[in-house]
Amino acid sequence: MISFNLLVFVCLAYVAMLFLVAFAAERRAEKGAIGWLRSPLVYTLSLSIYCTAWTFYGAVGYAVRSGLEFVTIYLGPTLVMIGWWWVVRKLVRIGRSQRITSIADLISSRYGKSNFLGVIVTLLAVVGTTPYIALQLQSVTLSFAVFSGEDGPWNLQDLNDTALLVAVGLAFFTILFGTRKLDANERHHGVVTAIALEAVVKLVALLAVGVFVVWGVADGPTDIMARIDASDIAQWEPAGGRWATLIFLSAAAFICLPRMFQVMVVENADERHVAMASWAFPLYLFLMSLFVIPIAVVGLGVLPGENPDLYVLTVPLSLGQNGLAMLSFLGGFSSATSMVIVAAIALSTMVSNHIVMPIWLSARRGGATVSGDVRNVVLLSRRISIAAVLLLGYLYFHFSGGSGALAAIGLISFAGVAQVLPALIGGLFWRGATRIGAALGLMLGFAAWAYTLFLPSFGDTFLMSANMLENGPFGISWLRPRALFGVDGLDPVVHAVFWSMVLNTGAFFLGSLFSFPQPLERLQGAQFVNVFEHSRNAPGWSRSAAEAEDLLIMSQRILGAQQAQALFQRAATRQGKQGYYPDTTPDFIEMLERELAGSVGAATAHAMVGQIVGGSFVSVEDLMAVADETAQIMEYSSQLEAKSEELSRTAGQLRDVNEKLTALSVQKDAFLSQISHELRTPMTSIRAFSEILMGGPMSEAEQTRFSTIIHDEAIRLTRLLDDLLDLSVLENGQVTLNWQDSNLHDVLERAVSASGSMDTDQALTIIRDISAEDLPLVTDSDRLAQVFINLIVNARKYCDAAAPKLTISAVVRGPEVTVDFVDNGAGIPRSSQAVIFEKFSRLTDKSQAGGAGLGLAICREILDKLGGSITYLPGQVGAGFRVALPAVRPDAQANAAE
Amino acid sequence: MRQPTQPVFLERRTYRRRRMMDAARLLPVIGVLLFLVPLLWQPGENATTARGVSYVFVIWAVLIVAAGWLSRKLKQPEGDEPSK
Repeated sequence: MISFNLLVFVCLAYVAMLFLVAFAAERRAEKGAIGWLRSPLVYTLSLSIYCTAWTFYGAVGYAVRSGLEFVTIYLGPTLVMIGWWWVVRKLVRIGRSQRITSIADLISSRYGKSNFLGVIVTLLAVVGTTPYIALQLQSVTLSFAVFSGEDGPWNLQDLNDTALLVAVGLAFFTILFGTRKLDANERHHGVVTAIALEAVVKLVALLAVGVFVVWGVADGPTDIMARIDASDIAQWEPAGGRWATLIFLSAAAFICLPRMFQVMVVENADERHVAMASWAFPLYLFLMSLFVIPIAVVGLGVLPGENPDLYVLTVPLSLGQNGLAMLSFLGGFSSATSMVIVAAIALSTMVSNHIVMPIWLSARRGGATVSGDVRNVVLLSRRISIAAVLLLGYLYFHFSGGSGALAAIGLISFAGVAQVLPALIGGLFWRGATRIGAALGLMLGFAAWAYTLFLPSFGDTFLMSANMLENGPFGISWLRPRALFGVDGLDPVVHAVFWSMVLNTGAFFLGSLFSFPQPLERLQGAQFVNVFEHSRNAPGWSRSAAEAEDLLIMSQRILGAQQAQALFQRAATRQGKQGYYPDTTPDFIEMLERELAGSVGAATAHAMVGQIVGGSFVSVEDLMAVADETAQIMEYSSQLEAKSEELSRTAGQLRDVNEKLTALSVQKDAFLSQISHELRTPMTSIRAFSEILMGGPMSEAEQTRFSTIIHDEAIRLTRLLDDLLDLSVLENGQVTLNWQDSNLHDVLERAVSASGSMDTDQALTIIRDISAEDLPLVTDSDRLAQVFINLIVNARKYCDAAAPKLTISAVVRGPEVTVDFVDNGAGIPRSSQAVIFEKFSRLTDKSQAGGAGLGLAICREILDKLGGSITYLPGQVGAGFRVALPAVRPDAQANAAE
Repeated sequence: MRQPTQPVFLERRTYRRRRMMDAARLLPVIGVLLFLVPLLWQPGENATTARGVSYVFVIWAVLIVAAGWLSRKLKQPEGDEPSK
């Protein structure tokens, strides 16, 4: 027999080694040398926390009681892992792309970051895991008790003390390595390495006992088969319902257990590791269960009547194999401790993120902006949560008195956490799943589980009386906890799993069908269900250098490359480091966040930095604030856009006006030189001929010719001055109009004959439609005739066709009469069309008499006074002008005339 | 003339990979069916625990081998096939 003290010493040495391994792994990870710490093998081994002390000790006990049925607990996870392509792969991808920190976080995140769901799942997990932790404490204490035989049998007090010591030790270890720092993705290198080592220890221990039993006690496999046939469990009689239900239950629990989710999804470093785990983990389970039946059979033969839950320990011990017993003890110890450590970490993350932090944040509004501050609170709340979870486990153990078979407690716990399954699977594959459906399903399933399995498991001592268990509450028989709705005679576990799952799934489904998701829910739903279309294999965030790099990349996008690089370099220099990558200390993060906030707003910056540094800090409130800021920015930018459009319109108008002014100024200069030339030419000839006349005797004929020239030139000067005068009078509004009834035909007739009388070399054919011209008008017919004459003379002067033709057509358009003058010449170039009606404009250098460029300007002024208009008519054969006149005298015009 | 060299080869690879995915999806279903077969056994002389142990562990081993083979084929993330 091993002395109890030796056992305690070995135990402490083993724990010390675990500490060392975990510490070394942490150190290695800090240096960035991850290497084998994150190999697929370590991932696979870390999954083995599924195999707890329940597995290590309890499986043999289970086999003794129910034969091969124990294997269902391993078949479920096997099926899940070989079906990795369905669920596990998707979970891992979502976990990485959404920076999921726990199963409660996953559910909350999927259903619109609803903290309510997070709280439900957290409570469910705490209630479901507490018995399981108690179970681990119980098995460790029982195994201690086995060795204490020498010092006399233990009483209940000793068991309790041991359990308390173990719980305190585990809490210490978990706090030390589980909450050393607030890791970006809740990764714990030290813990994972330690549990991988423990996985090896428990496998080796169980295999060693198995090999000893098969080849040491029995004579190899054939003998074992014979012994099985001869034993109490020879007959194959699995209850069909239980067999299938337990496979389902273990598969569901494998996905939903908080600790499994922690190692499978949160601690996963690379998606490809899942591929190896898909066969390696089933192999691990295969090996773990291979020798269970042989050990059970041999145990039944060697130690009939003893507690079969401890055969793994007692069989080697009773056969004098002390070393083997010690190894076996360490295996059991490993199983229990690794499970408790990971479960405590997972639960503390959930409790602190979904219960403590929301309360803390709402308790002190506005204080959450100091990120270093929050980190300390989170760490503290996690540490307290770990201690609280272990305390709960110890209390459960204490008050349940360490009773009940291991397997029964384990199954109750499994059925509890399996309630998350419908919301989880529905959330992964069905976009229509809503928050309300998930909440209803979870609550109903939880209630059904508690009513049919959890509370009755305490017997008639706690909450449920014997009478209630027997006859239902208030004697309502169809509400009996173990025969709900009259379904009698089923195994309690099958009954509870059936009803809780049916009610859970039903409520989830109906709730989803008849509710409408919020926008954030729909967004998250699409991202979860179609995760493979939206994401590539996300890069690892494990090293701090990678984190700084990601921060730099993000900052460059916001601040600009040079500025961001300078900022990072300054920060690195301040920390005494070379290069661009400073350590991502809280100070640095805070400073960076402030810098970014200057560009994108505080909430956005907080959310963006949080995405990289610690996904768990992006709350719904952050996102709402981001949305608000974005809306404000959008509104502001749309205002700016409108303003800038207005400005550009104004600028365009100004540009047009400026162009016109410039052109006018050029024309004015040209006119001045023109007018001086026009005035100078007649003056020169007048002066020259007067000098000749003054010069001396000449013939009568010569005298007449010279004085005629002088006269003509004087007339030309007068006409020019008349025109200028006329225009100035018209422009100043000093003209008096003589309104009278007249006829368009008469006015045109007068104009044509007046312009025809002017002597000219060119013969102009005028085409008119006399009948259409017969239109009555109230107008100043003299002024109108002046306009018409001007237009006809212009055509006569400037039409450059071989046979010049002018078409005059009159049409009534509504209240107006329009008269078009279209010739067959070259027309007026487009660039000049805008200025022909301005004063002093003359397009050609043809210097016909009187062509001072005032004609059309006068026409425009006259028509303005008459209430009509004159415009250039583009798109004709040659030049075209349209004169529009009101048929009756406009009143406004009358006022202006007075 | 189209040269039946690399493109055809790659197409074929992708096609194979898709079928491997199908197989990976089907494997757990086959596993469930096989593990439920013992329920059909009639109680009697032949239905012993020894036989059950042999059956379950043999099926288990076969599934592990199949999963191992499939995971080798599917290890590369999608789209990372070498494109020469």
